[in-house]
Amino acid sequence: MRLVTALLGRLGAQVLGMLAAVGRVTLFAIQTVTHLLRPPFYAREFGHALVQIGWLSLPVVGMTALFTGGALALQIYAGGARFNAETVVPSIVAIGLTRELGPVLGGLMVAARVASSIAAEIGTMKVTEQIDALTTLSTNPMKYLTLPRVLAATLAVPLLVGVGDVIGIMGGFLVGVGRLDFGAGTYLHNTLDFLETWDVVSGMIKGAVFGFIVALMGCYYGMNSGRGAQGVGRATKAAVVAASVLILASNYILTELFFSA
Amino acid sequence: MIELRNVHKAFGSNQVLRGVDLTIPSGTSMVIIGGSGTGKSVALKCVLGLIRHDSGQILLDGQDVTTGDRDAFLARFGMLFQGGALFDSLPVWQNVAFRLLRGSLKRPRAEAREIAIEKLRRVGLKPEQADKFPAELSGGMQKRVGLARAICAEPEIIFFDEPTTGLDPIMSGVINDLIREIVTEMGATAMTITHDMTSVRAIADNVAMLHDGVIKWTGPVAQMDDSGDPYLDQFIHGRATGPIEAVR
Repeated sequence: MRLVTALLGRLGAQVLGMLAAVGRVTLFAIQTVTHLLRPPFYAREFGHALVQIGWLSLPVVGMTALFTGGALALQIYAGGARFNAETVVPSIVAIGLTRELGPVLGGLMVAARVASSIAAEIGTMKVTEQIDALTTLSTNPMKYLTLPRVLAATLAVPLLVGVGDVIGIMGGFLVGVGRLDFGAGTYLHNTLDFLETWDVVSGMIKGAVFGFIVALMGCYYGMNSGRGAQGVGRATKAAVVAASVLILASNYILTELFFSA
Repeated sequence: MIELRNVHKAFGSNQVLRGVDLTIPSGTSMVIIGGSGTGKSVALKCVLGLIRHDSGQILLDGQDVTTGDRDAFLARFGMLFQGGALFDSLPVWQNVAFRLLRGSLKRPRAEAREIAIEKLRRVGLKPEQADKFPAELSGGMQKRVGLARAICAEPEIIFFDEPTTGLDPIMSGVINDLIREIVTEMGATAMTITHDMTSVRAIADNVAMLHDGVIKWTGPVAQMDDSGDPYLDQFIHGRATGPIEAVR
C-alpha cells in the first residue's frame, strides 16, 4: 500500500510540475505579447533579430527544402508506379511541400538553428549578469531581448516557408525532369494546375506559429537558465526539444483545424 | 539615505539574510565585507529590486523601494558588476552610453558617443578603445568600461559588486583609486561589497561586516582595527581560527 501511495505521489508531483511549467510558459508568452502593445519598441534589436533569424536561416531552410522536394518526387514516383499514377508526382510534391513538409521541416530546422542560439545567448547573458545589468540600466529584458526575437521569428519563418516551398518544388522539378523523364512544361503545368492558394497560405500560417514557438522557447529557457556552462547547456537542449515537440504537436492541431472534413 | 530594516531572504531552505539592519547616509561610501556566500550580493540585489526580499523594509530616502515608479528609481543608480556584465554584442562606447541611447535619458547618437568617450577617458581608457568589443579587452579594461558605464548617466547612488575580484594587485589599486576619486567628485552615495581588505581601506567611509545573515559590526573605517569584535578581527586579519568557521 505504501509503495502504491509513494508511486502515486511521485506521479502526482510529476503532473503538477508539468502543469506548473505549462503555466509558466503561458504567462511568459502572454507577457511577451502584451509588451508589443506598450512602448518602447526596440527597432534596432528587431532588425538585428530579423537578419539573424530570417536571412541567415535561408541557406539551411533552402537546402532542406531542395533535397526534400527531390526525395519526395522519387518516393511518389515509386509509390505511384504501383497503381499507374506516376503523373501525380508534380501535384503531390507541391501539395505535400506547401501544406506539410515545407513548414514542418523548415520549422524544425529553424528550431535547431535559432532556438538553440537564442537560448545559449540569453542563458549566457543571464549567468554573466548581463540581464541584471539591463534591468539596472532601466531596460526591461522582456522588451529588449524577448519581444524583438519573438516578433522577428513570427514574421520571418512564414517568409522562409514561402521561399522554401519554391525551392522544394524546384527540387522536385529537377528530379522529375532530370531523372523521371517528365517534360519541363508538363511538370510545371501540373504543379500550378493542382496547387491552390490555401495550400500555400495554410503552410505560411503554420510557419508563423512555428516561428513564434521557436523564439518563445529559446527566450524562455534562456531567461530561466541555470548557473554556469552546464546550466546554459541544459537550457539550450531544453529549448530545442520543447520547440521541436511543440512544432509537431501544433502542426497536428493546425492540420485538424485547416483540413479536417 | 539607504536603510535596510530587518531584511530577510531565503532561497528554499537556505536562509541567506536573517534580519539585516543597515543605514547608509547620503554622500557616504559604505563597504560591506564578509566571507563568500554570506549574502553580500543578495543584500545589494535586494536594494536594487533584482531579488525580492521576503520580509523587512528597504527604504531609499524614506520611501519603500518596492513601491513607486521603478524607472525613476533605477535612474538614480549606477552599478559595477563583478564580472563587468558588459554586453558582448555592443561595442565599448555603446555599452558605456547604453542609458543615453534609449529610454527617458535618450540623447542624439553623436552626443551619447561623445559622453561615452569622455567617461572612458575619466577611467583611464583611450578613445581608440571605444569601437572595440568587450571580448577584445583585458579584465582590467573591462572593469574600467563597467565603471564608465556605471557613472555615465551621473547617478546619485553607485553600487560596486566585488570591484577588484580577478585583477592583479596593481590594477586593483588603480580601480580602488578610481572608485574613491569618482565617488568623491560626484558626491555620490556608494555601496561596495568586497572581501578585499585593501579595497576596504581605499574606498570606505564606513564598514559593515555581514556574517550568518546579519550585520555583526558596523562603524567608521578608522575604528575597524580597534573594534574588539571577534568576527571582524578574524576577518580583517585573515585568521583561520576564531568564531567564523573556516569551512562553510
